[in-house]
Amino acid sequence: MATQSEKEPNRRDFLYVATGAVGAVGAAAVAWPLIDQMNPDASVLALASIEFDLSSVGVGQSVTIKWRGFPVFVRHRTEAEIEEARAVPLDALKDPETDAQRVKEGHEEWLIMIANCTHLGCVPVGESGEYDGWFCPCHGSHYDTAGRIRKGPAPKNLVVPDYEFLSDTVVKIG
Amino acid sequence: MSHKSTYEPKTGFEKWMDERLPIIRLGYDSFVDFPSPKNLNYFWTFGGILAIFLVIQIVTGVILAMHYTPHADLAFNSVEHIRRDVNWGRIIQAAHANGASFFFLAVYIHIFRGLYYGSYKAPREVLWILGVVIFLLMMATAFMGYVLPWGQMSFWAATVITNFFSAIPLVGEGLMVFLRGAFAVDNATLNRFFSLHYLLPFMIAGVVGLHIWALHVPGNNNPTGVEVKTKADTVPFHPYLTMKDLFAIVVFMIPFAWFVFFAPDILGHPDNYIPADPQVTPPHIVPEWYFLPFYAILRAIDFNIGPIDSKLGGVIAMFGSIAIWFIVPWLDRSKVRSGAFRPMFKWFYWIWIVNFIGLTYLGAQPAEGVYVILSKTATFYYFAYFLIILPFLPRIETTLPLPASISESVLAKHKTEAAE
Repeated sequence: MATQSEKEPNRRDFLYVATGAVGAVGAAAVAWPLIDQMNPDASVLALASIEFDLSSVGVGQSVTIKWRGFPVFVRHRTEAEIEEARAVPLDALKDPETDAQRVKEGHEEWLIMIANCTHLGCVPVGESGEYDGWFCPCHGSHYDTAGRIRKGPAPKNLVVPDYEFLSDTVVKIG
Repeated sequence: MSHKSTYEPKTGFEKWMDERLPIIRLGYDSFVDFPSPKNLNYFWTFGGILAIFLVIQIVTGVILAMHYTPHADLAFNSVEHIRRDVNWGRIIQAAHANGASFFFLAVYIHIFRGLYYGSYKAPREVLWILGVVIFLLMMATAFMGYVLPWGQMSFWAATVITNFFSAIPLVGEGLMVFLRGAFAVDNATLNRFFSLHYLLPFMIAGVVGLHIWALHVPGNNNPTGVEVKTKADTVPFHPYLTMKDLFAIVVFMIPFAWFVFFAPDILGHPDNYIPADPQVTPPHIVPEWYFLPFYAILRAIDFNIGPIDSKLGGVIAMFGSIAIWFIVPWLDRSKVRSGAFRPMFKWFYWIWIVNFIGLTYLGAQPAEGVYVILSKTATFYYFAYFLIILPFLPRIETTLPLPASISESVLAKHKTEAAE
């Protein structure tokens, strides 16, 4: 056997390897649809953007709407809340972002965020916690009036989705 | 099986069968004449109890699936339909839900028996590892089963637990969406959990087969930890241990029956009688009691460790708390197998058990104030037991003299009892 392995690979060796390689590619090709079927389907992806009319949300009110299956907070902030968020120095933040980075220019009173805590996805409770913003009851994360993480196990600020103002009162999320 | 087969086919059919598929021989050698240490105590009956509970869960589960509807709009009501309308559904659903709790109670006793008597040590490492695999499969099955009633606790358990995977760097978010089949937990998630909840118990049954095979090669450990030396150390499995197991099963069924008949919801959570609502999280979400120790470990890591943030750290600690069981056979350096002959080990062992129960309690408490500090301390001891005490204790511990054989230990015990 030792002498054989020192020989140059012959045509038969090549055929063995080539057959095995084609078999492996074939198995992977069959496996892929069986795995990929678990990813979000076309009907889920079709609901990727929504429009929402803000005119019914008064100052100091907030509503929770549904987008891509996620709850989304739409909060009409008071002047005091905006001032409070702006007054926070960046080095006091775990995930530093200014208040201006989290809202659209000219629409600073509107805070639109995905309502899932960035820790493990619970929906925080509004107007509570030590920073007058949101408090997540599951594992004790506190967010401020700009939805930024201030205390607790969550690593990031509440996520601001892509959205744009179509008019002064209508936003398109997604 | 490792012991010499003593099966002798008697009837013509048995002889015919034995030459073709020796399945009667396998059954006889495994469960009739299997030589078992004669000093096994009642902690050794939990294997049999667990086998019965696997059967109960599969039988009741298959029946429930005949009446359950795995759809986000219908699931909650279909479980209520089972409990109110289906003949005997109230009892069958309660047996399945409480059966999970008793399954876990039994498996914890079974695992902790192994930890005390050193059942994981050579030559039973593979047996032990298969047991840990079964435990992980049980956890996955129980979690997905808990999601199926689609109440508030179901929904938020699914959200939180699938979120664990988002802690993994780079691929985490994609993996989470892949597991959910949607961006947030939704109908697609419920559907696949139902499918997998039906599949996994059969995988458990398969690994249980391997577990029993791996048990029957070296044979049972026993309270002395001294291996079987002669036939005098053993009794045949039937009738001695079949009857002992059966008695233990009956005793274990008494509290189970009480829960099923008189308090079917006492282990559940009232919030799970509110249909799932993706917009509102219940103020205090907790897992089922059997996951609380691991939940407490998850929450204990609320600080960043270098580049690992608190979220990933918590998930690593939680999975690590079970993964560490895989290497226990190599962490424990003691040459003496049974804890009964290790005077110092006993203390650390029982503190670990109390600590584990403590973690169960802490997992149910809100993550604030003194509970946070206690959770961190308990988490530290949980890991220190495996990583510090098991490897290094044997260096300073003087163990007690071992009996020469199982028979000798049984006789010595008998003599002292007679003298008293």
